Amino acid sequence: MEFLFYMGDVFTPINFGLLLLGTIGGLILGATPGLSPTMAVALLIPFTFQLEPQQGLILLGAAYTSTVAGGAVSAILLKIPGAPANIATTLDGHTMATKGEGAKALQLSFLASAVGGLFGVFLLIFLTPVLAQWALAFGPSHLFWLAILGVTVIGTLDSSSVVKGLLSGCIGLWLATIGFDDIMGAQRFIFHPAVSGGINVIPALIGLFAIPQVITMFTKGRSSDDAEIITVQRHPIRLAVLEVFRRKTALAIGTITGSIIGLIPGVGGQIAGLVAYDQSKKFSKESEKFGTGHSEGVIAAESANNAMVGPSLVPLLTLSIPGSPTAAVLLGGLLIHGIFPGPDLFLNYPQVAWTFIDSMLIGQLLMCVFGLYIAGLAASVARVPHAVMAAIVLGLAVFGSYSVQNSMGDVYVMATLGVAMYFLERFGFSAAPLVLGLILGPIAEANFIQGSMIANATVGTGTYFFTGWLNWLLIAIVVASISYSVWMEIMSRRYTTKDDAVAKEEALS
Amino acid sequence: MKTWIAGAALALATLTGTAYADGHGEYPERPIMLMVSYGAGGATDFQARIVTMTAGNEDALGMPIAIVNRPGAGGRVGWNWFASEAESDGYTLGAYNIPHFIAQSIEGGVSYSAESFEPIANWGADPAVFVVGADSDFNSMDDVVSYAKENPGGLTFSGAGLFVGHHIAALQLEKAAGVKMAYIPNNAGGAGAMRAVIAGEVLGGVNNLSDAFRAQAAGNVKILGVFDLERNAFLPDVPTLKEQGYDIDNASVNFRGVMVPKGTPQPIIDKLAATVPAMFENKRVKSRMEAGGSPMHIMTRDEVLAMWAAREETLKELLAGL
Repeated sequence: MEFLFYMGDVFTPINFGLLLLGTIGGLILGATPGLSPTMAVALLIPFTFQLEPQQGLILLGAAYTSTVAGGAVSAILLKIPGAPANIATTLDGHTMATKGEGAKALQLSFLASAVGGLFGVFLLIFLTPVLAQWALAFGPSHLFWLAILGVTVIGTLDSSSVVKGLLSGCIGLWLATIGFDDIMGAQRFIFHPAVSGGINVIPALIGLFAIPQVITMFTKGRSSDDAEIITVQRHPIRLAVLEVFRRKTALAIGTITGSIIGLIPGVGGQIAGLVAYDQSKKFSKESEKFGTGHSEGVIAAESANNAMVGPSLVPLLTLSIPGSPTAAVLLGGLLIHGIFPGPDLFLNYPQVAWTFIDSMLIGQLLMCVFGLYIAGLAASVARVPHAVMAAIVLGLAVFGSYSVQNSMGDVYVMATLGVAMYFLERFGFSAAPLVLGLILGPIAEANFIQGSMIANATVGTGTYFFTGWLNWLLIAIVVASISYSVWMEIMSRRYTTKDDAVAKEEALS
Repeated sequence: MKTWIAGAALALATLTGTAYADGHGEYPERPIMLMVSYGAGGATDFQARIVTMTAGNEDALGMPIAIVNRPGAGGRVGWNWFASEAESDGYTLGAYNIPHFIAQSIEGGVSYSAESFEPIANWGADPAVFVVGADSDFNSMDDVVSYAKENPGGLTFSGAGLFVGHHIAALQLEKAAGVKMAYIPNNAGGAGAMRAVIAGEVLGGVNNLSDAFRAQAAGNVKILGVFDLERNAFLPDVPTLKEQGYDIDNASVNFRGVMVPKGTPQPIIDKLAATVPAMFENKRVKSRMEAGGSPMHIMTRDEVLAMWAAREETLKELLAGL
């Protein structure tokens, strides 16, 4: 209960001011496509040079928490995920927005984020020593199977048919091989200098989601003068609170999946939302409603990606190993003040460590309050005419892609993938499985190579990948996941003709 | 706000690309960009941010330096871009890591070599160390080597990747001890390689002294030897490999510094070479670097040129056998 003792430190004028600044700034940065949590935190590091260690960490922690949640704003209103963590939010969130339920979707997403986020931070407070062991349990063979598990999710994710889902997943896996490979440094498919560094996930994400939207908006604007405008019905917060707690299954699955996946170094938030979305779809009584603007989809995805924030700091705070790029940046923020994270952190610098964690708790609440306020403003965003909106989104897309590493190459990649995706969507393919392939490819490949190198030097490949309870558990989930998809496919022969795809497309936009 | 303005100004300047003064007397007239070929949060990025934080002072460059990360493939992506696409107008600086980029250029498949870049100054030297888990049976390098002799090719040890300092240290160890070991390059860099050691996925590992120092302070690893000519001030009790009877020099020590692309006007190089080492000497920079456990080693342009040449020779010899 030591964390309660230091709670007062969060509310000193300077600390609380920084917390507010970090939260509001984080929401804005998070809502900007291309500014992922890692970049937002890295941007803030120079400011912390001037601050006390405690104050610097409060700023960084608040910004981390709220950028993850802020990504939902653009995911829901514009169908552009603010970061890879928000991909799953677009699936139902944006569909809700097109039905006029944008305000409701935003309220649900922020409430679910707060619930997930608080749970994650409480895990960090009470179970850190146990969780640290769990974070170390995942070696190359387990990460490989985990990535394969992610691949099996691809088929059932937001596609008109399993085959098309798998096909877009394969395109993603292929795109992931472009560039230098991570371990050997071999060059693959480098046909233009813009892709010499491989396809960066952020520009790909922006292109695949935003550009088809923009093209559709422009075509709509030309064909009819009275292009329909997304209306946003007001939605009382009271009802949103009731809704979130009525969807207990989705909330619980999202929160728990997010916390577990967030712990695993190197996988982290990017797939937490997608796996949670897929799992709650499989467990839900109304699984056929997923993808059509169902509130459970938003709740599961958003509770998962915020639940991962707390546990993702466990390896950093206890073992001094940053488990994610964002944690690595936070490590820099600690080191610059001469604070070495590790098991002694809470003994040597209790005031810094506990205040940091407390500020993340309070930060979750503040983020929720401001988020709900933003949800009220959503109506004005939606009143913008289509043509103007398309121009703004296009501008944001170019800015977001360029800003990742100040490179026009990334803008070309974004535009090319976006235009290609526009045509793929007309044939019933969707962007989410493609991005998932792009994210999972390198994880699966690098861990397989590393695992086989260790295996060849020690016990042999078969033994290495197929023994141990964790390997078997993961293999069992993979098999179960595939069987479920096959069974569902046979039960309800899902397939789409071109006409259906066009009809769906028109219904969506 | 400074970074924002700097970033915006930088973006604008790069887009127009016209701000090219004939006389370089006023250089620098606008913010400068420093390309780091590793991700945000890594040791190189972290140190680059510290050593450039006083660039805006009047006694330094008088203009802020903004860090831009271009990570990928052990630094190859960033350095390829720096050698072939970066503008040589003095407003695009790059961070170098020795022996990484020289080893990669000897291995081939990249569009740079030591001749593609002009060094400005060196800020740090981070030796490689050999680490094992805190509960490992190995207590000295002799234990490690005798295990490797009994199990040829069976001693797994991790490092940050191929053709980086850790790999060079691994090759030197194999050569000096006359054993065959299994070097496992990690895709998540030094942090991933350290995690593999702590989790017991591998029997040992080569890692950065600065990171190993922290991990040892946290009670997670034992440090068995330093791949350098002398013991390090951060670890006065850990013997060098040479002291333990292995003929290994400082070829794997990770030197970090600032460079510009070939073709940058000589007056600008001279101006940078004169001001940048003094900037690294700043008291605030030094105290921050020390607090972060990052060993500093400031060298002038001439010293760096000599070091690059010497390193290229050693590495050519070492990598010839691969």
